[in-house]
Amino acid sequence: MTWEPVIGIEVHVELLTSSKMFCGCRVSFGDPPNTNVCPTCLGLPGSLPVPNRRAIEWLVKIGLALNCRINEWSVFHRKNYFYADLPKNYQISQYDHPVCVDGWLDVSGPDGAFRVGIERAHMEEDTGKSIHLGEGGRIHSATQTLLDFNRAGVPLVEIVSKPDIGTPPRARAFAQELREVILTLGVSDARLEEGSMRFDANVSLRRPGGPLGTKVEVKNMNSFRSLERALGYEIDRQRKLLEAGREVVQETRHWDEEAGVTQGMRTKEVSSDYRYFPDPDLVPIVVDTAWRERIAAELPELPAQRRARYLDQGVDPQTASVLSASEPDLRNLYDQAVEAGADPRTTALWVTGEITAALRRDEQLRLPAGGELAELLTLIEQGTVSASAAKEVLAGMLAGEGGAREVAERRNLIQISDSDALSEVVDTVLAENPDAVERYRAGEGKVLGFLVGQVMRATGGRADPRLVNRLLAERLG
Amino acid sequence: MSAFMPIDIDIVHVARLARIDLHPDELESYRAQLGVILEHAAKVQAYDTSGVEPISHPLGFTNAFREDEPAPSLPRDEVLSAAPEARDGYFVAPPTMETE
Ligand SMILES: [Zn+2]
Repeated sequence: MTWEPVIGIEVHVELLTSSKMFCGCRVSFGDPPNTNVCPTCLGLPGSLPVPNRRAIEWLVKIGLALNCRINEWSVFHRKNYFYADLPKNYQISQYDHPVCVDGWLDVSGPDGAFRVGIERAHMEEDTGKSIHLGEGGRIHSATQTLLDFNRAGVPLVEIVSKPDIGTPPRARAFAQELREVILTLGVSDARLEEGSMRFDANVSLRRPGGPLGTKVEVKNMNSFRSLERALGYEIDRQRKLLEAGREVVQETRHWDEEAGVTQGMRTKEVSSDYRYFPDPDLVPIVVDTAWRERIAAELPELPAQRRARYLDQGVDPQTASVLSASEPDLRNLYDQAVEAGADPRTTALWVTGEITAALRRDEQLRLPAGGELAELLTLIEQGTVSASAAKEVLAGMLAGEGGAREVAERRNLIQISDSDALSEVVDTVLAENPDAVERYRAGEGKVLGFLVGQVMRATGGRADPRLVNRLLAERLG
Repeated sequence: MSAFMPIDIDIVHVARLARIDLHPDELESYRAQLGVILEHAAKVQAYDTSGVEPISHPLGFTNAFREDEPAPSLPRDEVLSAAPEARDGYFVAPPTMETE
């Protein structure tokens, strides 16, 4: 009999507001330690938290993008636990009245489209950062902890999926889609390596159709790849335990990227031990219809809508996905070029191909305007420049040499498609190669290629090969 | 609503959650004091509140927000002046990782 994995994902997203969630300290990554702290985010006695309006708006935005119901009335709770990176000994979070509940996200995974339920999305604050010092740098043998509270109090949105996800590749696809949504909303830089977007997973095994098994929480995956690997490992570990007739222990396990295993970390305090209670320092949040609708009106086109539009415009599915996941600058370039009349399919291929590659080689490159790219594509379509010469034209455009035609002319890349001009060259080549002409007429067809090559050489590669072929064929009759 | 019966107080567990190191001699007096508080709460819970709207806050207003504008933070010297130990701009704390 088989076992069926049941996976739920918990995501933490740091919002890129200008100031923290409950105080005016700056949200700024990489500043010297403890320079963006004040009595409120240090939890000093007498300080009072005041919520950041924009953070609440952004949470509502996230909730709407995830098809959640926005609770009209919600409350901040204190989640009590002791940890060195938590100065107040409680985290301001939300408990039974979160802002967003009951949504879903459609994902196109490696094995087709699927929908993941969203249990909730709520507002909380981030903790400080700890550096564990000790022999070998291992946290298990740490002798001291260094603390930086610059991150303490940064607005943090927690998104909890329903346990709807059946396989590690689907978990990864969901995580990637969610990141694309967050980036599209522009509410976070969502960097996994820097921890501004963090994924934890709950995973258990059950018999198909049977009751849920004991779940294990897996933490410390800081790339999509490690999320998928960690889940694969954990499912395997649990399956082996169950098949050996042993039990899965409910616990939190830490993914060790280097060793490729999950390891038990600390016993999870049960929910009641957090002793949640409404924070008396904070009054309830009311998101009324007017406010919600104002935020809804500001929602940008979401990744799924964007991909659907690209497909409608004639872009192939693979390129549509790549384009949708591209940087906003590149997507805007596509939109503007299409607006300027360029063919969507070709434009998408150029943007995700040559232009993306060029940008990868040199991040400082100035992207062409949409009209300039459209002009280049028109030159190709009309045969004014060849497809290979067009890459050179693009390089010139990206180097700031000017518009497509300007660069093509200056770099001498205009294809000679004027048959009078080309006839002269063809006649010269034929006159200079009587042998070849003889052999061709004697039935040696492949000599034609040699003659075409001679014409291309004489024109510096700028002759339109189709026209050269035609002119030669006419003369060799 | 059933009245709360504050008989079984696991005072050792409560002390551990609060990270208070109670001497065995103190356990009984704290258990008794906490019992009085819970008895009071039980009395409040016994009232019939069926006609009363639940509130999460005694103040009658909502949406007390601040705009997303940075304000000055504290000078770091001042921040670290109250720390038992500091190094290179960091607070220093004992190791905190709870291991298996
Ligand atoms: Zn602060």
